[in-house]
Order: sequence, then C-alpha cells, then structure tokens
Amino acid sequence: MRFTTIFVVALRALRRNSMRSILTALGIIIGVGAVITMVSIGNGAKSQIEAQVATLGQNIITVFPGSFSQGGMRSGFGGALTLTPEDAEAIAAEVADVDGVSAEITERSQILANGLNWNTTVKGESPDYPAIRNWPIAQGTMFSEQDVKSLGKVAVIGKTVADQLFPNEDPIGQTLRIRNLPFRVVGLLETKGFDMRGQDQDDVVLIPYTSHMRRVSRRTNINTILIQGSSPDKLDRVKMDVEDLLTQRRRGREPDFTVRTQEEIATMATATSSTMTLLLAAIAGVSLIVGGIGIMNIMLVSVTERTREIGIRLAIGAHGSDVLTQFLIEAILLSSLGGVMGVCLGIAASEIVSQTNGWPVLVSPSSVFIAVGFSAAVGVFFGFYPARKAARLDPIEALRFE
Amino acid sequence: MAPVVQIRELHKIYESGEVPVHAVRGVSLDIHKGEFVALMGASGSGKSTLMNMLGCLDRPTRGSYKLDGIDIEKLDRNELADLRNQKLGFVFQGFNLLARTTALENVELPMLYGRHRRLGMDVIRERAMHCLDIVGLAKRHDHFPNQLSGGQQQRVAIARALVNEPQVLLADEPTGNLDSKTSVEVMGVFQKLNDEGITIVMVTHELDIASYTKRNLILRDGVVVRDEAVQNRLIASHELLRIGEAETAAKLVNSPSA
Ligand SMILES: Nc1ncnc2c1ncn2[C@@H]1O[C@H](COP(=O)(O)OP(=O)(O)OP(=O)(O)O)[C@@H](O)[C@H]1O
Ligand SMILES: [Mg+2]
Repeated sequence: MRFTTIFVVALRALRRNSMRSILTALGIIIGVGAVITMVSIGNGAKSQIEAQVATLGQNIITVFPGSFSQGGMRSGFGGALTLTPEDAEAIAAEVADVDGVSAEITERSQILANGLNWNTTVKGESPDYPAIRNWPIAQGTMFSEQDVKSLGKVAVIGKTVADQLFPNEDPIGQTLRIRNLPFRVVGLLETKGFDMRGQDQDDVVLIPYTSHMRRVSRRTNINTILIQGSSPDKLDRVKMDVEDLLTQRRRGREPDFTVRTQEEIATMATATSSTMTLLLAAIAGVSLIVGGIGIMNIMLVSVTERTREIGIRLAIGAHGSDVLTQFLIEAILLSSLGGVMGVCLGIAASEIVSQTNGWPVLVSPSSVFIAVGFSAAVGVFFGFYPARKAARLDPIEALRFE
Repeated sequence: MAPVVQIRELHKIYESGEVPVHAVRGVSLDIHKGEFVALMGASGSGKSTLMNMLGCLDRPTRGSYKLDGIDIEKLDRNELADLRNQKLGFVFQGFNLLARTTALENVELPMLYGRHRRLGMDVIRERAMHCLDIVGLAKRHDHFPNQLSGGQQQRVAIARALVNEPQVLLADEPTGNLDSKTSVEVMGVFQKLNDEGITIVMVTHELDIASYTKRNLILRDGVVVRDEAVQNRLIASHELLRIGEAETAAKLVNSPSA
C-alpha cells in the first residue's frame, strides 16, 4: 500500500470509533500535558533564580566564613565569623585582576529618623560596593575611603528605607539614628527589587564597615567578602588566588572560609528547583507510560474485534506486513495526535498557572519535541504487540471468527 | 491449452476437533479457461472446503494444485496472498464486506495490496466505480453495507472480486441469501462476465441456479460423484424478462380488486 493510503485507512479506522479513540488518546494527552506543564514551571523558576543571581552584579566572587570541606559537612558554613577586614584589604592589595573588594557585615537593627522608626538591614560595606553590585546611586554619593578610615557616621539608604523614614522629603543631608548614633544620609540607592529569597533588597542602610564594626555591632569579624573580578575568563584564576592568599594568611590552620563564584552560587540556588523539576517530570512521565498501556489495551481489543476485517484483508491479498503497518500506524497516529493535543494542553495549563499564581513559566521547545517524540515512541512500543498479533492471523481462521 | 485449474488427488483433513474430519477425499479436476462450473452437493459434503483450497485460502493436506500452471505447494504466505490478489476473485459465502466502510471503499480494497499498491488514489477510485457500474450499483457507491439490501451487498462483493481483473472468479453460494429474482440478476452478471472470458466456479444448493452454468459437479462426502455438461442452459436475461412479464400480469390481475 502507498504510504498516503495507509494513513487514510488508519484515519478512517480511528474515525469509525472516534469516541474510543479520543478516550484512548486522553491518557497520552494528560501525560504529555503534565510533562510539558511541569517542565515549563521548573524552567520558569530556574530562569527567575538565574535572573536574580545576575542582579548580584557581574563577575562576583564571594568569600563565606566556614568551610564545606571541614569535617565533611557544612558545619562551619555561615556559622562562626572568621573573616577579618584585614583579609579583605589583603585581597584588594595582592590579588591581580580584581576591580573591587567589599568587606561586608550585616545586622538587622532598629533605626530612627523624624520621629519615625523602622526595622531594617544595616550593612557595613566598602565604597566599592555599589560598583560591585552594579547598583548605582540615584541621588547623592557613596561614602568614601576617607569615611572608612575615619569611621565616618555617614549612610547610603535604599528606596524602601527612604520611603519609610523620609516620606515626601529629600533624604539627602537628613540624619537617621542607628543604635542611637546619628548618621548623615549622603546617598540614595536606585530601586533594585526583590532577591531570590523574596527579600526586598531596597530595605537596606549602607554604612562604612569600620563604623559598623566599631560603633554599631561592635564585632571584630565580618560576614562576607565581595570581590569583583575584571573579566569572566579571569574569574577562576582570581578565585584560586583568593583561596591561596587566605590559606597563606591562615598559616597552616584549617581553612575556615569558602570561595564561590557567582556561577557556582547560581548552580547551588537552582539545584533544588532542577531536582524538583526532574522529579515532577518523572511522575508525569509515568502517566505517559500508563497512557501507552491504555493504547495497547485498546489496540488489542481492536484487533480481536476486527479479526474478520483482518481476515478479509489477508484473503484479498494483504501481506502480514501490510496488516502490521496498518495497526502500527493506527497506534502511532493515536499516540502522536494525543501528543500534539497534550502539548497544546500543556502550554495552555502553563499559561493558566502563570496567570493565576504569577509563577514564571517557560515552555522550552526541546521539551515539546521530546514529549511528542516520546509519545510517538510509546505508540510504536505499545502498538507493536497488538499489530504483530493481527499480522500473524491465518486468513481462513480469521474469516471463520465470529 | 493447459487448464487454469488443475487438481490431482486433493485431500483435506481437519485435525482441529477431537476426531479428524476428512472433508475432501481425493478430488481430481481440470477446469479450462472460459468454463462456468457449478459445484453442488449436500450440506457438509465439502464444497466450501474445496472452494477455500481452490481460492488458495487454505492449504490441502495432500495432493497437488496448479493454478494457471503455478504449483501452489511451493508458495509461501506472501506469494499466496499475491496470487489471490492477482489471479483470483473470491465471493464469500457470507458477503464479508467491511462494516462501516462504503461500497466504493470496499471495492477499492484489493487494489490497495498486491501489484496495484502503487496506484494513485484517483485511479483506484475510478476503477472501483467502473466495477460498481458493472454490477449496477454505481449510484449507491457511498452507502454503507448496512444501508444496502442482501442482493446489493452480494453485488458489491462481486464488484470487489472483479476489480483486479482475475482469471478465475470463485463464489461460495453467491445466491444463498437472495430471493429468486435477485438470484437471477446475479446469474446475469456472472453470465456476462463469463462471456467476456472469465472462468467461474460457483457453489450452489439450487438446481435451477446451477442450470445457468455450463458444467455441473456434484460432491458427496468429499468425492466428486458426478461431472456433466449442462444440457438446457438458462439465459438470465431471458428469465428476467419472463419474471418481469409475470409480475406485471400479477399486478394487472390484482389491481382492480385492490
Ligand atoms: N474448520 C473446520 N474444522 C473442522 N471441521 C470442519 C471445518 N470446516 C468444515 N469442517 C467439516 O468438514 C466437512 C465439510 O464442510 P464444508 O464446510 O466444506 O461443507 P459444505 O459442503 O460447504 O456445507 P454447506 O453446504 O453447509 O456450506 C463438514 O463435515 C464440516 O463439519
Ligand atoms: Mg459451505
């Protein structure tokens, strides 16, 4: 038979039992739809996290206190503060291809101004901070190296803090109180939005890290060191140099720090969402296989039901291979049509999810092709046994079948 | 000229049941091109069994069968299928049309396989229409079998058997389910085809139907017990005229009282 004829014959057979065909395909439709939706939601989440990691700045290397390798587990990670401002100064002075370094110390604190008060994050930073984070000053200036040296009582504030403490006022030149110490506002940061943990990045007050350590938190250690490399291809070397330098400064003590590039942070941040996506897609994939079993079931019923038809075709001159192809094409058509409809359903469902929940979704073309290809493969796999059963029938026996 | 059908000492034993059934017990037969044979015999005498073997649907247990000089025994499954497709037309005892498939599509079926499989759909369609026209059903081409009368279904089955221009037409009780007038109509189609040179072998129970053929074979318990030429052959077109006159006469007689 010609290929087009085979298709026509298969389509006729499916149309003859259109309700049954639709119900059979439904298994595949739901399976493919579920896979597409899950992968789209996962991809959306991943791309959002990546976008947020990108807002950290460019070519960023972060030094955290504590070590991953220490004692096997992440015992010290983020725990005891072991980094010192001298570590940051040494990196700035000795490591090549570094554009900026900021010693960072963070604390939540109650601040006052104008008789209003607000609980916010007070960060001690170096003057390089806005450049490193790619976070321009909207108004005023960043505090200077001089302010760091002199433990200056100056502050740069985020938009949220400005809105809370100085509504309808120009914040520049105003005074705010941190732990009852007056700080003069010299700059206002541009709006940055939320970070990947969903926290408002604009709810922040930046002061010189020296002032933070001596006047506000009275601590001798800093939380993190932010480093900006000069270019992406030098980042790995800068990272190694930083590790070497800090190890050297520890003089044989166990390394109590971890250096991470931005890319590594992004990978860590998306790792859970990737695992989740994979898991959900796998569950959805199971429903595809269940759909395939449904197809096999219906094809087996169909072969039995149409034994006479098969007998007639064989008696009239069809080869076993003709009958095999006919039933196989029917199964593949059923599963592929289900696949295509499933893709439509998946895209629609993803759209609805993003509209109603505000989650970002990203329908990737590869997941569409894989899903349709897989559903066709399901048709071949589960259609083959019934088709072969049909092809092996004896014409005279099949004609006698009641 | 060599016979189209040549069988020698043909046997068929069904082993499927508890006791083997010896349905055909040594039939030898020559059928030449252009013959029109009626195969008769009591129920269970082995007519269908013999026809299935002639039609290459079933293999004989013993004996040889040469169709148009080709030894059937040596052919595999697919070669047999091609032979059925090209040289034989089979009209089954129950019509065996595909359900929920139009008359035209049923007639197209044999052209979808065998040597015609490469034909375009329009050529296939045209040839199927032509064959439906021969049996007088061109107007009903888009009807499904369940929308056709028994006689019309039988004629679709005949059109399907003709569509690949077979050398031999085999028909197992083609008039078994038909009233006498429709039976004569079918015989008319057969006689026309036979006049055009197609060899026909037909199973029937009815003696009067057998007298439309040229040669009668009688089977009893799987053996041919009589083989004779038909003496007073009936011509279907004449008989139809006669039936038509009888009907009008009946109407004329009946109408005043109605
Ligand atoms: N598939 C089969 N398995 C076993 N026995 C069979 C089978 N087909 C036919 N027979 C037996 O073979 C014998 C001949 O059967 P066949 O069908 O050839 O008779 P027939 O002459 O066509 O009868 P009818 O006029 O009723 O159609 C019968 O005794 C029947 O029971
Ligand atoms: Mg019979």
